[in-house]
Amino acid sequence: MTYIGTATSRVDGHAKVTGTATYAAEAKTTGLVHGSVVTSSIAKGRIVRIDVSDALRVDRVIDVLTHANRPPMADADSGYKDEVAPDGSPFRPLYDDRILFSGQPIALVVAEDPETAQFAASLVRVEYAEEPHVTEMYRRWDDAPALKAVAKPGENPFSPPKPRGNAKAALAAAAVRHQGDYYVPVEYHNPMELYGSTVTYESDGTLTVFDKTQGVQNVQCYLCGVFALAPERVQVLSPFTGGAFGSGLRPQYQVVLAALAALALKRSVRVVLTRQQMYGLGYRPAMIQRIELGAKGDGTLEAMTHDAITMTSQYEHFYRQETGWSGLLYQCPNATYAHRVAPLDLPTPCDMRAPSAATGVYALECAMDELAVALGLDPLELRQRCYSDRDQNTNRPYSSKNLHECYRQGAEAFGWEKRSPEPRSMRDGSELVGWGMATGVWEALQVPIAVRIALTANGHAEVSCATSDIGTGTYTIMAQVAADMLGVPLDQVTIRLGDSTLPQSPVEGGSWIAASVANGIATTSDAIRDELLGLAKQMPNSPLSDIAPGEVVLVDGKLMSARDPARAVSIADTMRHGGIDRIELEKTTRFPKDETHSHNTHSAIFAEVKVDEELGVIRVTRVVSTVAAGRILNTKTASSQILGGVVWGIGMALHEETLLDHTFGRVMNANIAEYHVPVNADIHDIDVIFVDEPDDSINRLGIKGLGEIGIVGVAAAVANAVYHATGKRVRDLPITLDKLLA
Amino acid sequence: MINFRYTRATDVGDAVRQIAAEPKAKFIAGGTNILDLMKYEVEQPTQLIDISHLPLRIIEEVPSGGLRIGALVPNSDLAYHPLIEARYPILSSAILAGASQQLRNMASTGGNLMQRTRCFYFYDTVTPCNKREPGSGCSAIEGINRINAILGTSEACIATHPSDMCVALAALEATVHVIGPSGERAIPFADFHRLPGGTPEIDTNLAPDEIIMAVELPPQGFASHYSYLKIRDRLSYAFALVSAAAALELDGGRIAEARLALGGVAHKPWRRVEAEAALRGEVPDRAAFAKAADILLRGSCGFAHNGFKIGLAHRVIERTLMQAAHGTPQIQAIKKIR
Repeated sequence: MTYIGTATSRVDGHAKVTGTATYAAEAKTTGLVHGSVVTSSIAKGRIVRIDVSDALRVDRVIDVLTHANRPPMADADSGYKDEVAPDGSPFRPLYDDRILFSGQPIALVVAEDPETAQFAASLVRVEYAEEPHVTEMYRRWDDAPALKAVAKPGENPFSPPKPRGNAKAALAAAAVRHQGDYYVPVEYHNPMELYGSTVTYESDGTLTVFDKTQGVQNVQCYLCGVFALAPERVQVLSPFTGGAFGSGLRPQYQVVLAALAALALKRSVRVVLTRQQMYGLGYRPAMIQRIELGAKGDGTLEAMTHDAITMTSQYEHFYRQETGWSGLLYQCPNATYAHRVAPLDLPTPCDMRAPSAATGVYALECAMDELAVALGLDPLELRQRCYSDRDQNTNRPYSSKNLHECYRQGAEAFGWEKRSPEPRSMRDGSELVGWGMATGVWEALQVPIAVRIALTANGHAEVSCATSDIGTGTYTIMAQVAADMLGVPLDQVTIRLGDSTLPQSPVEGGSWIAASVANGIATTSDAIRDELLGLAKQMPNSPLSDIAPGEVVLVDGKLMSARDPARAVSIADTMRHGGIDRIELEKTTRFPKDETHSHNTHSAIFAEVKVDEELGVIRVTRVVSTVAAGRILNTKTASSQILGGVVWGIGMALHEETLLDHTFGRVMNANIAEYHVPVNADIHDIDVIFVDEPDDSINRLGIKGLGEIGIVGVAAAVANAVYHATGKRVRDLPITLDKLLA
Repeated sequence: MINFRYTRATDVGDAVRQIAAEPKAKFIAGGTNILDLMKYEVEQPTQLIDISHLPLRIIEEVPSGGLRIGALVPNSDLAYHPLIEARYPILSSAILAGASQQLRNMASTGGNLMQRTRCFYFYDTVTPCNKREPGSGCSAIEGINRINAILGTSEACIATHPSDMCVALAALEATVHVIGPSGERAIPFADFHRLPGGTPEIDTNLAPDEIIMAVELPPQGFASHYSYLKIRDRLSYAFALVSAAAALELDGGRIAEARLALGGVAHKPWRRVEAEAALRGEVPDRAAFAKAADILLRGSCGFAHNGFKIGLAHRVIERTLMQAAHGTPQIQAIKKIR
């Protein structure tokens, strides 16, 4: 293969850095008007009155849409269910007078220009009947309902796993025990691109919607549901996305408001949220986790309990499987899992980079570090002693698991053997030095997907699929795979994605798109090859006359015997002889359900921190992230993915925290000056290593995907390093310096 | 953003005339703070008077031996000016500890003095805030107050002044030259910013119809023994939890003259001459520094989330004085604390 596995630069890189890549809020259309959103200032209650008269008096204001004057919208929950909606009653923007959370959209001011719309929005006066709200998870600790554990594997991937053995008795009998409560605050995605939608109202009443989303077909289907539109009346486009990280899996409210205004006014409308308004969207739910571990004196685990409490809104029941990750990593005969979900007067949480693993594994891997301390064992050694070759939640082996090699190569690259075990025993001048490590794990998922390929006689391929490139490099890996499968140069491949009229794709999330779309391209390429071979066999004296399709590959513009390169005909000649100038085929790829294996990616993260002993200032000076994720399609974009995950993990450990004022039920640091993420000064050396992990059984190309795995375990590695440096265990993220000084 | 009128002042006199004529007008120079505040509708000026082009961009030596810095000198130009770097490196250092290069390129000297607090409640127009809306109450006292003040607070307000540059200017005992309808006057830096008291809406003693012309530095620059140390929640681009400017004049192993000011702890750069007096004549050691810290922090009082600032400030003061005494000032580009 020429391109797969290489460090290919992004095929869309030039367009992005030169500004020619068009994002949702930049889409060009004529006669555009602009909407500005008014949001609620209370967390719960009813709108008694909205006075829009002052806003309407402003010159160039066209209309103000509220629940009182909006056009018809669906009245049943089913109209608002999107592809990844949790159970419950989805939020309906401008539907009625109910306020469900602070920052809820309650009016859209539409004007000829965005500045006028914003100004007029400031003139909308709202009177509320306020009701008592609760936004603090601790206040719902006691009445948070528990989730039922799964009865059989695969039943509900988000429910806690089935218990094993007798954890209570085994804990009581364990030689060494550790128990700890770990806390992760509400975190926001903060993609660089603001949420925005441009809806073009076509003369025939159809809508062309440019949206910031991770799933154009999801948005298209959703809008049809909300506004009872025939599918052919709505096209959703999202050629480029400036980061989303899970926040764009579900349709966001600005696309509803833009479509609503377009339908009401029969005009093209753009709505862009402000940064502050983006703190009224979904978020990573805060989480309290209690982990109890019991081990034999030799470090093998005997028992584990993992309890979690997370939060959801009052209208939807959002949760992910937080507690079961230990079953994938560590051999442990006795285990129980419990998960309770507290409904609060906040928006529904949503998936955010490695949902549940970033948080669940943080707690688990800190707890393992604490157990290692209690046992007097090296933390890496403990993990190796507990290493599990089977997924204990399902009692299946893995399709591949080269975590051992992650541990080995990571430790070697980091120099782990030089670690002095005692906390506070390593120094660099006035700084304490700490080395910590953790394990990461994520799922290797794949989903049904359709790919269309048009190959022309002059050697150009157009590959189409309705998936998204949310900045991960999907355009590039699709082009690489297509070029290799079709035997054409990379620059002869055109990728079309982010268009709801293209062949079916689910939302881009869960790290499943790379594996799905790459194998989808391979499937469709095979069909193209077969068709070409049929034509080639009809050619006089065809060198391929008696060859089976499986023995033919497309290389360098030729159909060629895989065994004997001398037996080949050019694709151009084949098409010419067949009297065609192009072959266009669409195939759906479905991945057979493998009930015999678990499919996961793994990582080992090693982190060095230096902490000013007197002032508690933490610097993460080195991180080595070693990843086992099957075949790596593009070492350059894959490394970038992992680097980004590590940076985010450092932020999770040290910086990120949504500050909710529970009196007002509002986010108080709703901007990226005060919601801290790492800046350049916080980031030093990060080394990414991919270990070999051939996997013949997971899918044809052996691909696992790696969008999420990069962040998993990083916060724990940093937290464990901080403990090793200072002797102080901080279990509440973020580890700010006041917690070290306390 | 609320609609406003935009005008350009033709000269300083015109700027004063314009602001005197319209009480709800505001000056704009770099705009690094006022524009944000207007977007959040915290500031709702009826008129913006653009002064960015006025000829107040000169740094010049004055007969007393000091330096006069024009009010419109950008923070970057000031930080990297050879005379500042050579004679007042503590000012360079404090400026470079703040914001980002891009913001420092835009921000002006006078504007830095006039920047407003970063208290979360001041920025959120939905919540009560006495500084934004006098008489509405202080939400921070019972709310999220991790970034708020521990010194000089009042029942009406616990906001801090966010500037780094001003902490150094306070330590250097700069003078602020202003002009208004009744002429020019000089305000000692210690008197420029106010404590909140019962009128937290008034940040400074600059009259509403006055404009800053220049900031004057006295001859003594403490170029040999100084440091500016800023502690924050990430290693750059965050406001100070606590910062300290320390400047010493050493003579025969003892402290001849000392200056000490704190940022991030009060409604103004926090100085007490008694703390500095206690250092004079002492051997520069930890005991002397701890005593000065005790005096400077006397009466400090934390709230639910910011009590840690008291202990932190104590340590920061000691460390900064140590850096100053050893002639090893904190270098802002290097995040390891010396």
